Amino acid sequence: MAETGNSDAIAAAFADGPAYVPYLVVGDPDYESSKAYVEALDRGGADVIELGLPFSEPIAEGSTIQEALVRSLDAGMTPERFFEFAEEVDVDAAVVCMTYYNLIYQFGTDPGPRPFVERAAAAGIQGLVVPDLPAEEADPLRAACDEFGLDLVFIVAPTTRGDRLDRIMEHVSGYVYVQARLGTTGARDDVSDQTTASLDRLREYDVPKAVGFGISTGEHAERIVAGGADGIIVGSALVDLVAEGVEDDLSAEVVADRLEALSRELTDGAERGYRSRTETVESA
Amino acid sequence: MSETDTRTTDATDGAAPSRRPGRERGRGDGKFGRYGGQYVPEALMPAIEELTDAYERYVLNNEDGFMDEFRERLADFGGRPTPLQRADRLSERYDTEVYLKREDLLHGGAHKLNNALGQVLLAKYMGKERIIAETGAGQHGTATAMAAAHLDMPCTIYMGERDINRQRPNVFRMKLNGSEVKPVTTGRGTLKEAISETMRDWAATVEDTHYVIGSIVGPHPFPVMVRDFQAVISEEAREQAIEKTGGLPTDVVACAGGGSNTMGAFAEFVDDESVALRAVEAGGSTLEVDEEAGVAPNSASLFAGEEGVLHGARTKLLQDSDGQIMESHSVSSGLDYAGVGPELAYLVDEGRVEPVAVDDDAALEGFHRLSSTEGIIPALETAHAFGYLEEHHDELGERVVVNVSGRGDKDLDAAIEETDQRDLPNAPDMSMFTEGI
Repeated sequence: MAETGNSDAIAAAFADGPAYVPYLVVGDPDYESSKAYVEALDRGGADVIELGLPFSEPIAEGSTIQEALVRSLDAGMTPERFFEFAEEVDVDAAVVCMTYYNLIYQFGTDPGPRPFVERAAAAGIQGLVVPDLPAEEADPLRAACDEFGLDLVFIVAPTTRGDRLDRIMEHVSGYVYVQARLGTTGARDDVSDQTTASLDRLREYDVPKAVGFGISTGEHAERIVAGGADGIIVGSALVDLVAEGVEDDLSAEVVADRLEALSRELTDGAERGYRSRTETVESA
Repeated sequence: MSETDTRTTDATDGAAPSRRPGRERGRGDGKFGRYGGQYVPEALMPAIEELTDAYERYVLNNEDGFMDEFRERLADFGGRPTPLQRADRLSERYDTEVYLKREDLLHGGAHKLNNALGQVLLAKYMGKERIIAETGAGQHGTATAMAAAHLDMPCTIYMGERDINRQRPNVFRMKLNGSEVKPVTTGRGTLKEAISETMRDWAATVEDTHYVIGSIVGPHPFPVMVRDFQAVISEEAREQAIEKTGGLPTDVVACAGGGSNTMGAFAEFVDDESVALRAVEAGGSTLEVDEEAGVAPNSASLFAGEEGVLHGARTKLLQDSDGQIMESHSVSSGLDYAGVGPELAYLVDEGRVEPVAVDDDAALEGFHRLSSTEGIIPALETAHAFGYLEEHHDELGERVVVNVSGRGDKDLDAAIEETDQRDLPNAPDMSMFTEGI
C-alpha cells in the first residue's frame, strides 16, 4: 500500500484540490517549440506534467500520439536529449516521464533499469509511467525508483479487478493512472461510464486517482472530478493542438497560447467539479 | 492447472500435446530463462490471463475434447499429416541424406494453418465472437482468413502497406475468404507495425475478440501456445524419420523469422541431444547495421540481435544503442521482423540451437535450386534453409531434415524481379517477364 509516494513534489501536486496532469511528447515537432509548449502547460495550471519519451513501437497509443512520437523521433529525439530537455525546461509542476520499457532497459552501458532511473533523477524527473510494464515484471524498476526517490505510476484499466488490482496497488506510488475506457489513447467526446465503475473499485486504496483517456474539454474535466477523481490526465487533446500547428504552419507562440488556453479551460472545469463535490458533501 | 489434471491427461489422452521435458519449458510461467514474460498494456492483461487459462484447459488438458477436434480438423481441412520426402538430387549433391518435411503441402501452402486453425478454434471454445490478426508476408493472414471462414468467425487482418504491395495475391485470398484487410501505414509498413496495430485493436476490443498472433512471439501464453500448435511438424517428422530411416536425423534445418516454423520443426527434437538444430535467419543484404538511419539490412535477430523488450516479450532484437527498434530487411517479407520468439533466444543462449544467417543472394540461389532440381518451388522464406544447405553442407551429419515451411506461389513476382537484378548461375533468364513479353 502506497499511502506515501517517493516524490514530495507529486504528493504536493495532489494535496490541494484536483490535479491537472497534462501530457506532451518531448521534441514534437522540434526541441525548442516543445519547450515553449510544456512551459505553456505550466502557465495554464499544470500540477504534474507527463513528458513523453518516444519509442519506435508504442503499442498503447492511438494515432494522435503515435504520430507525435514519430514527429519527435524524426526530429532526432533520444533519451539523452530528453533528459537535457527535462533539465532545461522551466516549470513549477512536478515532471514525470512516460515511455516504454525497452528504452529504460537499454539506457546506459549496463542493461537493466537502474542507469535510466539514476539519470532521470539527476534531471529532476519525479516519476515514471511505463505502459508496457505490468506489475509482475516491475520489481527491478521499482527498486531503482525507490533508490533514487522516483514514483512509479501504474495504469489501471476498466478490466482490472480482483487480484490484479491488488498486485498493482501494492506497487504503485505517487498516483494511479485510471484508464477511463478500453482502447488506446485518443480524445473522445464521451467520457465513459467505465470511469465511475473504476473509481468505485479504487475507493478503498489510499493513493491519488488521476483519470485519463478521452478527456478533451472543461466539461469532461468537471464531470470526471465531480465523479471522484483526484486528478485529470490529458494527452491527445493537447497533442492535437500541436499537430494542428504543424498542419497549419502556425507559429510556436500561437500553439503555446492555445495550449495554455485549453489548460485553463481544463483546470477551471476540474475546479468546478471539485466544488460541486464539496458542496454536495456539505449539503448532505 | 492442478497436478491431478496433468496426470489424468498423461494417462488417458493421446491427443494432448507432448509432455517431454523440452516441451514443458515456458508452459508454467511464460519464462524461457531470462526471456519471455508479459510486457503488455494493463488493458490487455485480463485477456491474456483468460487466454492462459483457456490454453491450459483446452490445449494442455484437452478439456471438452479440444485437441481431438483440432487434430481432426487439421487432418480433414488441413490435409495432415504432411509427407517426409527424400530429396534425391539434393542428397546426391551434398552426399548426405536430405529429407524434406513438406509443410508446403498443408492447406494454404504453408505451415501457418497449424497455428491459425488452433487459435481460431480455441477462440470459439472461449466464446469469442471476432478474430483479428496481423500478417507480414500474408501467409499467416491467409491461414487465419481460411480458418475463420472454415469456423464461421468474422475476421479482420492488419497488414503493412508495403507488404500489401509486395503480396497482392495474398490480399485477394484473404478477401475471398471473407476477411477484412486493413492497411497499416505507420513506420515502414511491415510486420512489426502490423503487430503493433493489431495490439491496439485488441486493447479496445478484448472482451469479445481474440488476437491470433502469427508466430511464437508476443506475451505469454502466445509463445508456448503457438509452439504447441506448430509442434505437430516435429511430432510427425520425428516419427516419420524413425519409420523411414530407422533412426533420428542428425540435423534439423528450418528458416527463422519470428520462429514459428522453426520451433514447430524443433520442438519435439529439443530433448534429442544427438540432433543438431539449425535456425537459418535472413542475412538480408548485409549483417552490418546503419545505426544513424535506424536500419538493419537483415532480419537476423538471433545471430546479430541484443536482448530487449518488444511486443510483449523479452527476447533478442535488432535495435539501436538507445533501444529503438530497427527497420529490418529481407528479400522474404515473412522473415522481415526485428524480433524472434523468446524460446529460440533461450535455446540459442543455451547452445541447443545454432543460429546462422544466409543472405538474400544465397536464398535466391536456394529458391532456384529446389525449384529446378526437386520440382518444388519454395517460399522465399523457406529458400533460406536451402541457401544454408548449399553453403554449409560440409558441417551437416548424414541425415538431414529440412522444413519446407511454405510454397513459393505467392513469391513469383518478387522472385522474378529479384532474380533479374542478380547474376545467379542457377537461375533461368527472367528478363522477358520483367521487360514484358
